[in-house]
Amino acid sequence: MKGNIIKYARDNIDTDVIIPGQYLKVHDYTELATHAMEGLDPDFHSKVKEGDFILSGKNFGCGSSREHAPIALSHCGVKAILALSFARIFYRNSVDGAFLLPIEIDQDAYDGISEGDEIDIDVSKNEIKNITKNQTYKMKPFSEIIGKIIAAGGLFMYKPDQD
Amino acid sequence: MNIVEKILARASGKSSVAPDDVVFADVDKVMMHDVSGPGVLKVFDKLKKQGIPVDKLWDPTKVWVAEDHFVPSADKLSAENIVKLSNFTKNYGIEKHFKYGMGQYGICHTLSHEEAMVMPGDVYVGGDSHTNTTGALGAFACGLGHTDIAYVLLNGNIWFKVPETYYFKLNGKLPDHVMAKDLILKIIGEIGNDGGAYRTMQFGGSGIDEMSVESRLTLCNMTTEAGAKNGIVEPDQKVVDYLSQRGATNLNLVTGDSDAEYSKIFEFESSEMEPIIAKPFSPDNTCIVSESPSVELDKSYIGSCTGAKYEDLEAAAKILKGRKVKIRTEILPAAISIYQRAMENGLLKIFLDAGVTVGPPTCGACCGAHMGVLAKDEICISTTNRNFPGRMGHVESQTYLASPMVAAASAVTGKITDPRDLI
Repeated sequence: MKGNIIKYARDNIDTDVIIPGQYLKVHDYTELATHAMEGLDPDFHSKVKEGDFILSGKNFGCGSSREHAPIALSHCGVKAILALSFARIFYRNSVDGAFLLPIEIDQDAYDGISEGDEIDIDVSKNEIKNITKNQTYKMKPFSEIIGKIIAAGGLFMYKPDQD
Repeated sequence: MNIVEKILARASGKSSVAPDDVVFADVDKVMMHDVSGPGVLKVFDKLKKQGIPVDKLWDPTKVWVAEDHFVPSADKLSAENIVKLSNFTKNYGIEKHFKYGMGQYGICHTLSHEEAMVMPGDVYVGGDSHTNTTGALGAFACGLGHTDIAYVLLNGNIWFKVPETYYFKLNGKLPDHVMAKDLILKIIGEIGNDGGAYRTMQFGGSGIDEMSVESRLTLCNMTTEAGAKNGIVEPDQKVVDYLSQRGATNLNLVTGDSDAEYSKIFEFESSEMEPIIAKPFSPDNTCIVSESPSVELDKSYIGSCTGAKYEDLEAAAKILKGRKVKIRTEILPAAISIYQRAMENGLLKIFLDAGVTVGPPTCGACCGAHMGVLAKDEICISTTNRNFPGRMGHVESQTYLASPMVAAASAVTGKITDPRDLI
């Protein structure tokens, strides 16, 4: 899966900046997308392209359980978030709703990847290639249950009885 | 096994579970509100298109619904969401729907204990991150998103990775004028806002024995701000009395085994705590009140699931009695039953005499939605739970998190104030 990076070099990007509370009443996904990241980067919606990835630091998505957060990002075209770590509800919402891939990266990847870099994520090899800089990094493998839910296409498509 | 492992083992039909095991746990209660409910309906629409039947819930008697985030209706869209929610509960036969303007209603987490909606030993999930609150009754209480809540509504179960447990041993009774909010801010300040991530935060020790159920609710509520999967306190006689007074019977108290294991044990001297605040823009950015920055406050807000239970209002009233507020101050009891007791016991008179505006239960300003949001550069001291940029309004507003006593004392002086300085 290839895409370009939008980098926010900071920790604790919370759901209040990903989609501010005033928009929680909005359940039209296209409209939600126009407000994605509004609390941090008002230009986000105009610069994000289909297939982009966001790169950030620790504890991405902390705060509220609002599924609006991964929904708004995925409806802007964001396919994956690469972060040093994720808050738990954002992580499971992303996976169970099949909105985007939460990819846990290490410090090398975080430091090495820059805004605009073209990246190729190979989940089967747990590998992230930086095409722009010709570097390769490891991603943390998904746990078994997360890998299965992602492969199934979300929680509703996953059949636990067939394990 | 510890209490969480025992609850999850029972709910998943296993004789034992250990941290990192993945289980599908049967859910005993599920809650949604006027944000997560319409969100679940969107998931149902998507499922219908995929050919997955959504015409029947697994058990409507185990589902309950609150109107809290956008009541009183902030605008046309939020009014429409309330109508959608009412149609949802009617169409699916959900009887427990606490409606704004029809007797008891309030913030979902407050109703969970005020109305004894959740019992010790339950697996309780809610479409809101502060579902952790209700772990103070001895339940496994965990917040989930819309897709997961939709899954529970249709299947009656959901997957969990059994969490590691951090045990917080609290030593001694909190001093006068120091509240559970101060203690949990202290803990979050030490472990960080991801210090409990993916884990259970369990509280015990003599500090818990001495503490009221409502104070324990404050502790568990804020475990969300350390990233925890859930917060929990083993149920005792105080919990039994609390729930029995609210009509609960046949309580089944689950506690950990004597050889229960915890991945880490922390100790805090609760008897030595001081009033603490969290400065903008994170709940872990804490300092003791006596070392807080000298800022001119614009507003004091006493509300939310975290800071507007009866005990919280009583604490604020102790400070506000016979005094006048110097800055805009709002007090919003977290449920109508609390509002009523505040009226019967004279608290509302104290507040109104002090110049406070008393409002209806709502999550409104806490989540920056409506009913008193902050303007650019406005500074608020608040009994709520989060202070991320823009949390209570404009992205350049600021929120200091505090206990009800600190928020009340600060309302009187217009500066961040230790309540003991007013005694």
